[in-house]
Amino acid sequence: MKRQSLPRVFAGVLAGTLVFSALVAVRSVRAGSPASPAAAGVVKGTAKVKGTVPKPVHIDMSQDPKCAQAHAGSGATEDIVADSSGDLQNVVVYISAGLTSDAKYDPPQAPVVLEQKGCTYTPHVVALRANQELKVVNADSTTHNIHPSPNNNREINQSQAPGAPLSMTFAREEISIPVKCNIHPWMRSYFAVFKHPFFAVTGKDGSFEIGNLPPGSYTITAWHEKLGTSFQKITVGDGETKSLEFVFKTEAGS
Amino acid sequence: MTCFTQKRSEIALVLFSGWCLMASCAFGFAQAGGESKIGNLTGHADSGKALYRRYCISCHGVHGDGDGESAPQLDPKPRDFTKATFKCRSTPSGSLPTDTDLYDTISRGIYNSNMPQWRPLTRQQRADLIAFVKTFSPRFQEEKPGVSISIPPEPPTSSDSVQRGAQLYQDMNCWSCHGKEGRGNGPSAAALTDSKGHPIQPFDFTSGTHVKCGDGGTAMFRDFMTGLDGTPMPSFADTLKPDQAWDLVHFIEALPAASKKGISLIKADPKGE
Repeated sequence: MKRQSLPRVFAGVLAGTLVFSALVAVRSVRAGSPASPAAAGVVKGTAKVKGTVPKPVHIDMSQDPKCAQAHAGSGATEDIVADSSGDLQNVVVYISAGLTSDAKYDPPQAPVVLEQKGCTYTPHVVALRANQELKVVNADSTTHNIHPSPNNNREINQSQAPGAPLSMTFAREEISIPVKCNIHPWMRSYFAVFKHPFFAVTGKDGSFEIGNLPPGSYTITAWHEKLGTSFQKITVGDGETKSLEFVFKTEAGS
Repeated sequence: MTCFTQKRSEIALVLFSGWCLMASCAFGFAQAGGESKIGNLTGHADSGKALYRRYCISCHGVHGDGDGESAPQLDPKPRDFTKATFKCRSTPSGSLPTDTDLYDTISRGIYNSNMPQWRPLTRQQRADLIAFVKTFSPRFQEEKPGVSISIPPEPPTSSDSVQRGAQLYQDMNCWSCHGKEGRGNGPSAAALTDSKGHPIQPFDFTSGTHVKCGDGGTAMFRDFMTGLDGTPMPSFADTLKPDQAWDLVHFIEALPAASKKGISLIKADPKGE
């Protein structure tokens, strides 16, 4: 009995390892199965702001003449960007709950681009996937530094000379990471990092669209840098398109 | 029936033994994260915990988040170890410091802050503290430290290298925070904060006092190339070539004497083209 016990323990290790590997394999196969395109749903809509929207504040860039010249003195804050109808730009809309918890989505190969031009970030809000390359372009004739201050990712702070290449990635989901250029303190941006592909940023007309969504019940969250966060619950059926409207209120209008 | 029960319990025992072995392997791996390695020294988190509670807790806090009892009175604020973001490193911006980097910080202290030198502690005690401090952030379990940057030998300083450094000081926009004369009073200085939003002052190069992460040209070279994470000071590793970084070191080292004599080393107005 004693002689047999050692090989049996090894057999146990082997069996345990095989069971573990099999479980991992099954999990991986499930995670790799994308939603059937035929069954994919769509969530689309608009974000609006109600109340008095503060007027953009003129930015004095004279401390760096290269910025002032590039901008012809017309720089303005982008804290709340809305048109006369209240269509609200730069709102990050995303699925915050309801996705299969073990689903994994590989990041796209194509990078997301952030441009520094006229000492302003374009786009003002960048949405990207975890571990997706963020290509940072310095189209100005002055040196910048890109300084994201995350809570759930590593902090990085790199200077960038005119035209110099620079890329960075963020490993974990985080909505949203404030980004500064310390050299030009008026420059502000936000990076929204997702572990899944179901997100959008509202455009000039306040619209968004999240496609290729597997049928299911979801919580959709909308985040704005100054106006906060709101969410709605929806159920999307096979091939169904659901419309949503998010309404934010300014302090003056609430 | 008895035979079946016995067999079943044997199978259960064998499987349990197997899982125990696997679990002990995993546990052993996790324990490796509770250590620090500084040269031949191995620090142990278990020993460091008691030292931390005695010497560090009042500033850095029970949870290592920099929110100790004394923290409200301190400026700059104590380091939040849960973020694993450290100013003084030999590794690139965004990467973890080496154990030796942390050991050097404890030994040297951080100039112009309330972080003292901890040389009264033995080398072993300092190594133990490093092992414990690393337990506050899961990053030390998940990531390896960055690779220390290489620092080439310093070329001799000359009026030419100082002048080249002065030009770089303008081109790299150092003056934006540190000021045209290096006094820490640049146009962006008033807006600067650390990563937790506390106001922070750019270094006054003319003061002739110690810089945060150690004195001498080598330490300054390293600071340019790694940046001081958690502060507005970025890394210039992608922007400056090693020779240029040395030129910048020579310029900055010349500032205290130039300031005393009332000489401006910057010929052109940095606001000009």
